[in-house]
Amino acid sequence: MMALRIEHELHTRRKSRNIGLLVVLLAFVALIFGLSIVKVKTGSSAALEGFDHQVRPALLPRESGVEIQPSENPVAAPGTPGAEQGARTAP
Amino acid sequence: MTDATTYQAPNEAEFSDYVALLKPRVMSLVVFTALVGLIVAPVHVHPLVAFCSVLFIAIGGGASGALNMWYDADIDAVMNRTKSRPIPSGKVSGNEALAVGLALSGIAVMMLGLSANWFAAGFLAFTIFFYAVVYTMWLKRSTPQNIVIGGAAGAFPPMIGWACITGGVSIESLLMFALIFFWTPPHFWALALFMKEDYHKAGVPMLTVTHGRPTTRRHIFAYTLVLAPFAIWLGLTSIGGPIYLAVAAVLNALFIWRGWQVMRRTDEQSYADGHKAEKSFFKLSLIYLFAHFAALLVQHWVGV
Repeated sequence: MMALRIEHELHTRRKSRNIGLLVVLLAFVALIFGLSIVKVKTGSSAALEGFDHQVRPALLPRESGVEIQPSENPVAAPGTPGAEQGARTAP
Repeated sequence: MTDATTYQAPNEAEFSDYVALLKPRVMSLVVFTALVGLIVAPVHVHPLVAFCSVLFIAIGGGASGALNMWYDADIDAVMNRTKSRPIPSGKVSGNEALAVGLALSGIAVMMLGLSANWFAAGFLAFTIFFYAVVYTMWLKRSTPQNIVIGGAAGAFPPMIGWACITGGVSIESLLMFALIFFWTPPHFWALALFMKEDYHKAGVPMLTVTHGRPTTRRHIFAYTLVLAPFAIWLGLTSIGGPIYLAVAAVLNALFIWRGWQVMRRTDEQSYADGHKAEKSFFKLSLIYLFAHFAALLVQHWVGV
């Protein structure tokens, strides 16, 4: 007759499953964290900033060799210091 | 739950049974070929991104293995080689295997898309579909060409590895695909010639059963001839070179020669010496594939 044991063999198997799952989940979290760091460090700032779907001139791809010059006839947004100093507020 | 009910369920699975669902041995081939496809690609990526890409390709491959085991549980229960797998042995239920397969497929595809690119992720999704549905559900039980077409699923990983880096397909990745695709049938048919598997009882139409063993021998030799030009052609592309070409030339000559020997033998000769030529052809086929991909790696690092 089999001797009684404090821990049933079934519990050993369950423990192996639980520990295995814990290790997998922790490894997954570590991987996602590491991947996020790498993506932030190596990705372009436009790819990150663009996630709010707001178009900003800084995010637009610039043609190589073309320097953006300040406008000769600037337009200021209403209520900004430029508008208060007398710049045009409408085209 | 009472003690009585726990005792009635002695086959509860361990963690390793779930790992076995993912066919770790098949996964090792997937990892190696995908890694080579990824390393020899002409663009550099961060090592962690490369690691994640190979990991998620491997998980995707494992998930398709779990789906295959779920669908083929009836066949696996009949054949000696497979009857100790987690589902036929009663350790994991069919529904659990299906859930593991589907969940891991989704995770692998999504994560590959996020870590590499969505083209590679789509390619992985297609590969899982191809293995689990096209091969396992449609072809395996209906045509003796199951090995040939199903071999495509095993041939996709280096293409996915390449796509992770380049975001596309090119002649190099197509030729890596062709190398595995045309290698698979002679590899498995050689195995079928000396392994006493009850495919007939299991209802799987293997070429040895449907068309006979002499036909299988001729097919093996024919495929060694078809395979050789693709293996050499790969050496003439941007990822090839003298080291790879030297390895490919020697191994293909040897493969064709051994294939010829297998074709020329009768079953009486084969049984008389314990399938010596067939077994040595099978071993050579393992070395053949490993050495070709290893040579691509060496060629890449040496860069001659």
